[in-house]
Amino acid sequence: MIEIDALTKDYLDLTVVDHVSMRIDDGDIAVIVGTSGSGKTTLLRMINRLIEPTSGSVKIDGKDTRSVPAHLLRREIGYAIQGHGLFPHRTVGQNIATVPVLMGWEKPRIAARVEELLELFQLPADQFRDRLPSELSGGQQQRVGVARALAAEPKLLLMDEPFGALDPIIRAKAQADLVGIQKRFGTTIVLVTHDMEEAIHLGTRIAVMDQGKLLQYATPAEIVVKPATDFVGELLGSGDRAFRLLGLRRIGDFVEPGEASGAPVSAEQTLRDGLEEALWSGRAVLPVVDGAGKPVGRLTLATLQRLGARPQ
Amino acid sequence: MSTVAATGSPRIAVDKLGVLIALIAAVAALMPFAAFRANRIVVGISKGIFEALPLWEAVLVALALVAAILVALLRTPRLWRLFASLAMLAVLFVAIGHSASFLTPEGDRLARVSPGAGFWLAVFAFALLAADSFTRLKLAPWLRIVTLLLVAGAIALLLWSGAWNDLSILREYANRAEAFWREGQTHIALALGSLAAATVVGIPLGVVCHRVDGLRAVVLNVLNALQTIPSIALFGLLIAPLAWVAANVPGASAIGISGIGAAPAMVALFAYSLLPVVANTVVGLEGVPPAATDAARGMGMTNWQRLAKVEFPLAFPVILTGIRIVLVQNIGLATIAALIGGGGFGVFVFQGVGQTAMDLVLLGAVPTVALAFAAAVILDAIVEMVSTGARPA
Ligand SMILES: Nc1ncnc2c1ncn2[C@@H]1O[C@H](COP(=O)(O)OP(=O)(O)OP(=O)(O)O)[C@@H](O)[C@H]1O
Ligand SMILES: [Mg+2]
Repeated sequence: MIEIDALTKDYLDLTVVDHVSMRIDDGDIAVIVGTSGSGKTTLLRMINRLIEPTSGSVKIDGKDTRSVPAHLLRREIGYAIQGHGLFPHRTVGQNIATVPVLMGWEKPRIAARVEELLELFQLPADQFRDRLPSELSGGQQQRVGVARALAAEPKLLLMDEPFGALDPIIRAKAQADLVGIQKRFGTTIVLVTHDMEEAIHLGTRIAVMDQGKLLQYATPAEIVVKPATDFVGELLGSGDRAFRLLGLRRIGDFVEPGEASGAPVSAEQTLRDGLEEALWSGRAVLPVVDGAGKPVGRLTLATLQRLGARPQ
Repeated sequence: MSTVAATGSPRIAVDKLGVLIALIAAVAALMPFAAFRANRIVVGISKGIFEALPLWEAVLVALALVAAILVALLRTPRLWRLFASLAMLAVLFVAIGHSASFLTPEGDRLARVSPGAGFWLAVFAFALLAADSFTRLKLAPWLRIVTLLLVAGAIALLLWSGAWNDLSILREYANRAEAFWREGQTHIALALGSLAAATVVGIPLGVVCHRVDGLRAVVLNVLNALQTIPSIALFGLLIAPLAWVAANVPGASAIGISGIGAAPAMVALFAYSLLPVVANTVVGLEGVPPAATDAARGMGMTNWQRLAKVEFPLAFPVILTGIRIVLVQNIGLATIAALIGGGGFGVFVFQGVGQTAMDLVLLGAVPTVALAFAAAVILDAIVEMVSTGARPA
């Protein structure tokens, strides 16, 4: 658990981060969004003390981050940045091994970990381990960057616009990978982005920042339904609020007993997917199947209509 | 290359650099090949190629020259050009030795034969062709070092065989063999010693300049100012303070410090070396991608670890380039050390100038140029090896 308390950063008379307080529970993906210059990076970098706060405190599992030397603190926290920041003179394997080497792991353990991570990110070890970063595609470099951040099994991972430089398809894949890895290791993630879509898609909680202030810190559903200020609403855009809301919920949670004809939708898909299918195929009811393809009930357009409306 | 079928008649393609080389070589052919002097300081008598060599040898050299000019002029394969230029250089080198034996009257120990302007121009032209075709071959760095060793070996063989013994420069050498090797050692010690000192001081200074913002401008400006002091003036300027140190600091004169001699020479060379080393260290460190240093910090490297594991390795090729500049520069500058009694090949140059004996000047200048050239080739090769060889074998 990370407790950020009245964290503030001043540069001369400019307050870049202004008394930000938030709590990030274990296993959360907290996404910090905001426009350019709103202080997101500064906030993130104060967590691992790459930037020393002017005032306020950060506690990780109840322990003040200032109670250990900064470099030791950072070894316990994964760190991935936009443009990956791989060391150009070191191979993929050496890059990933950076923190384990700093922490003095034994060689066989490091080798095993490097191999495990490469396989996890679908980069076959025998093919990729000895390549230099310049011999990888942008997407592969980004994956190595995340693999490197995860190498020493940190409980907390900080990411600064990790997907910023990727094309939409690779980006979606990288996001899915990240969610998978988060589930698998239970890592707590704090991720910075300026893309609200990405925030809603990835976050279990979203922190909206503007001019150094934390405007709202809430679940994606709350943010969509009840933006705290006009600015948050603006950031969301008014165009597809209903669809965003539906996009946050699983079909499986709103199934009614009964049958319907035509191609089924999966219980794992979102209500937004269901609505799209209903409209596209011109049906008012859709059959729903579970992961194994077994029918579990039906989804009605009326349900979708009710759930997509602004909650009272 | 595109084949233009429509143009019909085949045209002979001409190489641009080849035209220049052919012109220089043609001019060289018309100029004196060697110069004969009854003794080492009288004015020489120029000898054209047909006077300087027995007829059949002169004809052979002339034919070889025509052939080599044709290879240079036309667009020929690179390897041909390289071999033609090296072969032509070999012919010239052997011929000048023969010419010396041919022109020197039997048993005459006073007569001097030295290479004429024509010989030097021809050597220049084909060395240019050799260097150009060699560069365009884009050989691997270690192959370049091997080639350098082969060329050095060939020249050593010529020297050892005695083929050049009648040349004036070797006559001068024969009279001073012992001094030649002694001054050679001093020369290398001056060049390498000042380089080593500049590296030991300059790299840490560069690192500090990189890390401390205010310092960089100050240090680089001071070093820049040092660099602009003419070398002879700098050597002279050091005489007084070092003489004072020798006289007033206990033990200073015991370790060889004095106003004249090797100490001021070493200090001056060191001062000149510092700027390239410091500047290249700073530039190299500044060229390290900011994302890499940020990641290094973010992953928990200490300042030292970041310097040793990330910044220094990435800056190393640039730093090495600075060291290369310094070494080549110092080999040349060390010549001036002789002016203040510091020794080195400059001893022969300045003695020769004093006695108007050009052969003696050459005895100092030729090995200096050869050393500088060899140092440049070797360090270039090393720079390339460390720049591309970042990946482990
Ligand atoms: N070292 C510094 N000195 C002075 N001002 C700074 C410094 N670093 C950042 N700032 C200012 O702090 C503000 C917030 O910067 P920060 O990098 O946190 O923004 P951000 O939200 O990450 O923006 P972006 O989306 O563009 O990355 C900016 O106005 C920036 O100019
Ligand atoms: Mg930022």
